[in-house]
Amino acid sequence: MKISTMKELLDAEVLCCEENLGRHVYSACGSDMMSDVLAYVKDQAVLLTGLVNSQVIRTAEMMDMICIVFVRSKLPTPEMIELAKENGMVLMTTKKRMYNACGILYQNGLVGNRLKNE
Amino acid sequence: MSEALTFHFDVDGENFTSAGQASVQVKKNLRQLGLTPEIIRRVSIAMYEGEINMVIHAGGGMADVTVNEDTIEIVLTDHGPGIKDIDQAMQEGFSTAPDSIRQLGFGAGMGLPNMKRYTDHMHIASTVGVGTTITMQVNIPK
Repeated sequence: MKISTMKELLDAEVLCCEENLGRHVYSACGSDMMSDVLAYVKDQAVLLTGLVNSQVIRTAEMMDMICIVFVRSKLPTPEMIELAKENGMVLMTTKKRMYNACGILYQNGLVGNRLKNE
Repeated sequence: MSEALTFHFDVDGENFTSAGQASVQVKKNLRQLGLTPEIIRRVSIAMYEGEINMVIHAGGGMADVTVNEDTIEIVLTDHGPGIKDIDQAMQEGFSTAPDSIRQLGFGAGMGLPNMKRYTDHMHIASTVGVGTTITMQVNIPK
């Protein structure tokens, strides 16, 4: 799914790296626990989270993620935006809550990773 | 690459915000060496979890990364409280981190299991009251 499509579906506001809206994401993860994100996600994914601190950006960077969506109108700090810019990572914020935001993306074809035992 | 390359980092234990900087730097260094994205990701995630652990539990420590021809070794050393029961600490979901850390998105009891998950070899040497040394290796496929 194109990042620009996610933006429309979630009625989200782009906070940085608008030039990368044409890139595609192939999987998604919704979590406020960063170690869970580090455990299961593959590359070129989007992270949906309600957590706001610089480790969110670092976690996404470690996983080679290309986009983060902050739910419930959460806003990243200027330091977080700077860190994201260094990596060309698109940051967006949506008014939607986590469950709804994930549901909308899933319904439109962006499914998460399947675990081996699923 | 005939000679091993080594990188040394001091991990500041006072500052949660800066935790992970060493892993970011290692990721950059490994990219310059032309290693595959998967190898780079495995090394940097394992080291990042270790770095976060050192900041949460041990007041910081040291990280040494050695890049050999066929393997990358990460050695994390701290002088923190040590791990009482390593088998228990390796279980997913077991954590001694305080709630204040959980609010920051860590302390879910996934750190050590993740480090094992992403490396080919991991060894923990720990003495209560003295500190912990974790050695991890990621093999570079030929």
